[in-house]
Order: sequence, then structure tokens, then C-alpha cells
Amino acid sequence: MSMEIIEQFQAKYPDVVEETHNHRGDATVRVKPDSWLQVFGFLKEEAGFDQWIDLTAADYLGREEGLPRFEVVVHLRRMKDGARIRVKARLAGPSPSIDTLSGVYKGANWMERECHEMYGIVFKGSPDLRPLLLYPEFKGFPLRKDYPIDQRQPRVPLLGSEVRRYSKAPDDTPHGHLAAEKKNV
Amino acid sequence: MNANHIMNTMEMEQELENDLLEITLGPSHPAMHGTIQMKVKLDGERVAFCDVEPGYLHRGFEKECEDHRWNQIFPYTDRLNYVSPIINNVAFAMAAEKLCGLEVPERCQYLRVILSEMCRITDHLTCLAAVVMELGAFTAFLYFVKARELYYDLLESVTGARLTYSWLRIGGARWDIPDGFVEQAKKAIPETRRILKEIDGLFTKNRIFLDRVVNVGVISQSDAISYGITGPFLRSTGVAYDVRKAHPYAVYDRFEFDIPVGENGDCFDRYRVRMAEMEQSLRILEQALPKIPGGPISVKDPKYTLPDKQAVYTTIEGTINHFKLIFDDIHPPKGEVYAAVEGGNGELGFYLVSDGGNKPVKCRCRPPCFPIMAALGGIITGHMLADIIPIFGSVNMIGGEMDR
Amino acid sequence: MGLEQKLSGVSYIATKAEFFINWARKWSLFQYPFVTACCGMEFMSTMCSHFDLARFGAEFPRFTPRQADFLIVVGTISHKQAPILRRVYQQMCVPKWVIAFGACASSGGFYDNYATVQGVDKVIPVDVFIPGCPPRPEMVLDGFMKLQAKIQAEKLDEHSAEKRYRMLP
Repeated sequence: MSMEIIEQFQAKYPDVVEETHNHRGDATVRVKPDSWLQVFGFLKEEAGFDQWIDLTAADYLGREEGLPRFEVVVHLRRMKDGARIRVKARLAGPSPSIDTLSGVYKGANWMERECHEMYGIVFKGSPDLRPLLLYPEFKGFPLRKDYPIDQRQPRVPLLGSEVRRYSKAPDDTPHGHLAAEKKNV
Repeated sequence: MNANHIMNTMEMEQELENDLLEITLGPSHPAMHGTIQMKVKLDGERVAFCDVEPGYLHRGFEKECEDHRWNQIFPYTDRLNYVSPIINNVAFAMAAEKLCGLEVPERCQYLRVILSEMCRITDHLTCLAAVVMELGAFTAFLYFVKARELYYDLLESVTGARLTYSWLRIGGARWDIPDGFVEQAKKAIPETRRILKEIDGLFTKNRIFLDRVVNVGVISQSDAISYGITGPFLRSTGVAYDVRKAHPYAVYDRFEFDIPVGENGDCFDRYRVRMAEMEQSLRILEQALPKIPGGPISVKDPKYTLPDKQAVYTTIEGTINHFKLIFDDIHPPKGEVYAAVEGGNGELGFYLVSDGGNKPVKCRCRPPCFPIMAALGGIITGHMLADIIPIFGSVNMIGGEMDR
Repeated sequence: MGLEQKLSGVSYIATKAEFFINWARKWSLFQYPFVTACCGMEFMSTMCSHFDLARFGAEFPRFTPRQADFLIVVGTISHKQAPILRRVYQQMCVPKWVIAFGACASSGGFYDNYATVQGVDKVIPVDVFIPGCPPRPEMVLDGFMKLQAKIQAEKLDEHSAEKRYRMLP
């Protein structure tokens, strides 16, 4: 069902769509970030996707050459026949930004706030981008791949000592050994 | 205005009108379920403005998932919606199995449905218990918890734990149900119905309860859909959307059950929808329990399922297989999926991205109560201070799911 | 406080007074349940009919720290929540005790990340740790009985600034 919508959209705006796929039955389309509002205007008004499901982002640091690092992913659903669609956009660089969807769907604002504080993606035109789950003294964006998992920023001075036995390396060998240490063996 | 000017009544009213009292229903509050802060600006007794601040239970679920192997994520999913943990396990397992392209055996599908419905009953029991306790009915809280203990005992006999089960694995479940489970479950169903009937007699026509919850916390259908609200909150406005009927998963399409809907979208409709949903869950249990098929509990694929203990101890292939799965875990093929189930609060979805490795690149949980809390500020505005309690209780915000 | 310090450990009257004061304190504890997460469900089960906490005299929770005797920290404490926990502890009147309920309150549980305090004892001093994720209600009652044993064994001048209540940073 949703693949037809994507094909319809691709026919109407041919230079906006970058990639589409239907892996495991999930209709997905990746678009250029500048056309974000145009895409969602089409989806809401003409295609009838009225139910807001999800907005999130993913960090592909060092995984795919040739593509920008961050990807914003939105899931939508149509109430009348249950069709689902996934819309993505790739954003580059240390301070990525994209248009806000809070004018189009009401549920977008809180999810954008969470995305902003976790990844640092700025949603242009958003009515409210205060941190949602983290506290104002927290510096940095924890869900980025280069933020170490146990870098703590305590809000009150802690009693007792916090001796770190190890810090988990951001590589994916089963025991978390750093690749550099392996070379020394 | 100099100091000698004596204000007349009209001027005094104008002066006082600008004074909004700001109070904080702080994070450590009995009615805030422990973890929400609401900064409320009051005009007399009416709420003029409400700012909800979550995040006091943010435990870094997504970051932990990116750091752990696929099967190690199940204990983290248990603690998302901790009043119905099997449903979170089912959601994650379904998403990962969709990613891997696995077809789980029928026995496991039936057991997933049965245990999910038991967990849905415990979810609704806990939610209503908290609501009525905060409205002052402590005895009904004890009745609800008594009913909940029946299911904790049943689930403990299957999984070994009362609350955080981690019973499912990608490709099946950890182990099979014990003998006597079906008989014990069949005995629990009429007992639950008896307790629910008692509670229904206490509340549904109770004047005090009705005065506090009717026409309180109303939300319109179009607002609810635009916010992304699902579950009993949406069904109380009249929209009959249930993931079990709209996108059937496991073996839900083989059972007959209705979707209760409300009319006005107020707290009383949510109470009635939840009570009716418990009855429908009991109906599903009655249909499913006699029909559990035999067969294996997990997919018979050595890449995904641990081999039998006998094979591990006596054959070399079993030992190596066990070793590989424990130390290196599964490697789902590259891709991304989104799979959703009907949680206690609505559509619980998991968005998983894999790059062929043994840890997920992205594991996002779409919490059902998040959009409801986003809408809460708007719903509460205009009501009185005491109305915040039943409205917030009927949301059934679970901190683990909301803040992850 | 002054009289108790002068009398403590010295005479027959002091030991008898200790016995009765501690006996009265341990059987009439008013709890402040600082509930955040999943352990709250087991806390609810412990309080209700099956595993009754009321038979220990500790049934009625006081939802204000000014009226509570002991603070029971149930569930994970994140760094965002830590200042609130510390302020609640400071608002309680002496004598006061703390139970850390659950693995997350005792040591951070399995959330070893940027958001979680690795144990409530990094924020406030703790008397009894109850491990478990979540602990069974029987374990909670056992931990509670250990707290009662600790209270019974206290000296008269136990709750003084030198022995227990140094100022928190």
C-alpha cells in the first residue's frame, strides 16, 4: 500500500527522493533534508497519513562512507486503512539541523526535544527545544557514538569515591578490548 | 498610585488577577507515580498553565542497548513498562525476529499471547489500583493487588521471577511452561472475575467517584490522533484502534474478542475501557488455554537458538554451538525494521537497525505513554487542582517506559 | 540530647532506657517511600495483604519528610533526581534511617551509564541495603527486620551530630 504512495510522490517530486526500499515489508523513503516540510505536507494533506507514530534519529559514525552521519527517522500511519510509512533524511556535521514538524503534527514537539538533547539536532522553528529527559547542567549529547557510555556528570557532589575499573570501549569485539591493546599482544 | 491611595474593590480585583500561584507537584509525590514534575500555575483553584517535566527516571536504555548484544537486551526491555513486562519482551523479540526473518513455532506464539494477556490484566489492575487509591479508596487498592498476586504466582511458576521475567529470546522462549500451569490459570480466571465484579459494584455507580471523574480530562479524537496517542486513552474517545486487530501478530487473529470504546474521552470512560479490556483479556485466555499445541518452544536453527543441554555436554558440535551463541550471540542481517504490539497503554513499537554485527546500531523503543504526557499539559489546563490526580492516574504513566 | 550523652553507656538506668526507647522506635516506624521505578511494584506487594508490612507497625506511609522516620529509596536514582533525594533526606528530623531497596538503589543495578547514580549511598548515608531486582517481598521483610535489629542495638547518643549526621556537601 505505502509503496504506491511513495511511487506517487516520486513521480510528483522527482528530485527530492534519494532512496526507497521495502525491506521486510516496511515502506521506507529517504528524502533530501531541505524538502522535509514539503514531504510531510504531501503526506498529511494528499496521502492522508494523519496518525503520528514516532520521530527518532540514528548516528552512523564511521559506518557508511559517502553518506552524512545523522539520520532523522519518522514513522507515520494512516487511520483509515492502517498503511505505515517511514521517512528518513540524512544530516551532516557537528551541528545538524532540519525543519520542525510541530506545526504539522502535535506529537512532534516532545519527540524533537528528546532528539535534540540526545543527538544535538536542531529543529528550526520549533516552539520549544528545552531539554526533556536530561538536566540543564548536562553538557554534550549522550546518544552520539563518540560520547562514552559511563561519562558521568553528577549534579550534586557525591559521597565516596567513584573509582573506574574500566571504561567500555566503543568497539564491538565481544569482550570490549580496545583494538590498540590487541596489537600489543 | 501612592501609598495613601485606598483601592476600591474593582481595582483590588484587577491587581490580584495577575497573581498566578506557581506550585510544583514535585517528582517525589505519591500521586506522581514517583517520577514526574508538574509546574502548575494556579488562578485560585483553576490551573492556568501546566508544564510537565519528565526525565527523572532516565536510565539510558538506548545507550545500554547499543553496548550489549542482541539477547542481552531482554532484561532492559523488562524494565521499560514494568507492570506488563512480557509485552515489552514480545515487542522486542518480534522486531528482532522480523529483522532476522524468523518464524517462531506455534506453541511459542500461543504462550506469548497467553502471558501477554496476563500481563495486560496486571497492567490494568495496577493502573486502576493507583487511581482509586489516590482518590481515597484504599480498600479497593487492596482488592486489586490481591487479584494481581494471582498472576504474579502464575508467571513466577513459568519464568522464575515475579516481576522482571526476561523469559523470551530471539527465536522463541527460554524454557517451556511447567505441568499444572494450565489448570492453575483456569482457576485464576473465575477468581479474577469475582474480584472485578466486586470492584465494579464499588465504583461504577458510586456518586463520589462519578463526581470526580466524569467530564474530567476530556480530549478530542483529532487531537489524540495528531499527538500519536493510542491505547485505552484513544479508545476512550471513540476510535477503535487496537494493534491486535489492525495489525494482528502472534496468533491473535484466531481468537474472538471485542475492542471496548468510550464516548466522551474523559477519565470515567478510561476507567470503563480498562475494566472492559480486562474482561476481554480473560475471554482470550479462556479460548487460548485449552488449545496450546505441542511442539518445540524455539526455532530449530543453530544460528539463533541454544542447543539442548544433553547435546552441549555430550557432543562437540553442541558445545561449540553453545559457546558461539553465548560469547558472540546472533548476527541479524543488515537492515532496519519497525514492529509494534499492543501494550497496556497503547502501541509499543521497536525500531531496530542492524549492520550485521552482534550489537544493534540503534534500538529505539516508541513508548505509548510519551505522546499522552505531551498532550497532558493541554488537557489539564482549565481544570481544578484536585482534578489533576484522576487525570494523571488515568494516563497510566509508567516511568520506565516514559523516560527509558 | 545532652542528658542522653551524659547517661550513655554508664548506668543501669541508661541501658534500660535504651532498651525501651529503641523498642518503641522500632515498632512504630513511619516510612517515606521515595518510589521511582520497578521496585515500587514489589513495594506495593509488600505493603498489601499478602506480605503485610502493617504487622511491623510500619503500615502508614508519611508522604512528607517532616513527619517520617525512615526513608526507603525504592528504585533507580538518576543524576537528575539526586538533588531532590538529598533535599528530602535533609528535611527529615532526627532520628532517621535509610533503606536502599533494590539493586539500583544499592549500587546502580545494571545501569552503568551516564544517567544513573551508582548507589544511593553516594548521595545519602544508608543503613540497610536490600539487594534484588526486584527483591521478593520476603527479602524486603527480612531487610526490615535487620533494620529493626540495628535500631534495637543503638546506644542513647547514637543520633548525634558527631556519630551520624555530619553535614552533607
